[in-house]
Amino acid sequence: MKKDSSLSILFKGLLLENPVFVLILGTCPTLATTNTVIGALAMGLAATAVLICSNVVISLLRKVIPETVRIPCYIVIIAGFVTIVQMFMHAYLPELYELLGVYLALITVNCIILGRAEMFASKNNVGKSALDGVGMGLGFTIALLAMATIREVFGAGTFAGIEIPFLIDHTVNYLTKAPGGMLVYGILIAVVSVITKGKYPKKKSFGCAGCPSAGLCKSCSSCENNIEEAVDNILKEGN
Amino acid sequence: METVKSLIVILMSSVLVNNYVLSQFLGICPFLGVSKKLDQATGMGVAVTFVMLMATAVTWPIQTYILNNTGLEYMQTIVFILVIAALVQFTEIFLKKYIPALHKSLGVYLPLITTNCAVLGVTINNMTDGYGFVESLVSSLGCGLGFLLAMVLFSGIRSRIDEMNIPKALRGLPVTLIAASFLSLAFFGFAGIIDNLFA
Repeated sequence: MKKDSSLSILFKGLLLENPVFVLILGTCPTLATTNTVIGALAMGLAATAVLICSNVVISLLRKVIPETVRIPCYIVIIAGFVTIVQMFMHAYLPELYELLGVYLALITVNCIILGRAEMFASKNNVGKSALDGVGMGLGFTIALLAMATIREVFGAGTFAGIEIPFLIDHTVNYLTKAPGGMLVYGILIAVVSVITKGKYPKKKSFGCAGCPSAGLCKSCSSCENNIEEAVDNILKEGN
Repeated sequence: METVKSLIVILMSSVLVNNYVLSQFLGICPFLGVSKKLDQATGMGVAVTFVMLMATAVTWPIQTYILNNTGLEYMQTIVFILVIAALVQFTEIFLKKYIPALHKSLGVYLPLITTNCAVLGVTINNMTDGYGFVESLVSSLGCGLGFLLAMVLFSGIRSRIDEMNIPKALRGLPVTLIAASFLSLAFFGFAGIIDNLFA
């Protein structure tokens, strides 16, 4: 299949399958760390590092991990790498460590990483999984940077802490705060869906595997990446 | 009296001012995913509150008495996520066996909570803020109630959105996020409430 060539694996994460704007994974860090460009870059790179490492290890272990307990196994592997990144940043980049705070630890439950482990690394060889990690990580970082640039330039009148003339006197403070984050995110998703119209994967093609609860959810085939429908289905089954 | 006052301040600030969903962005996934219908939103909110309380009751002693005493503080993330995952599973099994009625109404939401960052977030935040055991429980209760409040309010808003004629590009998630942005803006109004609570 053409889809499997290494280059396309690397680049699909950038736009067509951008984890933030198209797959809508990892919303929490996206919204929380994009009020400054520095924070967004740090979060993007930290998550990328964890994503590449966990993708490689999970891909290596994909034949060893039993099907039924794979989600807990993935979580332990991911949490291990998150701890390494945390300790590394605490030692060498203490300012960034303070800036990211609890969100650094929360990379553990970032749906992008678990989602890629489940969707890609558990089914492909090490090389492809590493490439997928790089592509998805870059897509995540670029998406965060795009959002952070909009929010910081117009919200605070600075870019990575450097003051921008004119804009510094006319800031829209709202954008750097929580509501502004959601507003910018909503509009960017709409913009990306217009740009990639017809090309981005239909929901069913990545379907339930993208849902972090996929392993625990019995009615995956009918859920189409929709938690609400999944709940409906389980409710029906329960009756 | 002072203790009660400080507990009320913690509770109010975590429900209204530092609302986990609307101002700290924790637990956004279920907030956007399960808020379409009021009954599901309520069920999810109650289940999250319950798991947050349980998780705090278990992780606080583990951190204070085991990890801090053995110099293993850096294991916090791994231990906490494992405890939460195990706890959620046990709760589900327990409810299924002994309280089937409750399992029917709450059980379906439990598996979805393991990877909810609000639960891991609240347990870690309690430790970073240096809360004692009772304070941690109150703070978790507040965060859970804040989550429930946001879910219930938002499900009302979403049922209205569904009836509207929305431009095609904005349909689905974009308009939901924009609506969430306004709800979050409304919660901004609570910012000064804590300073004047006992004034």
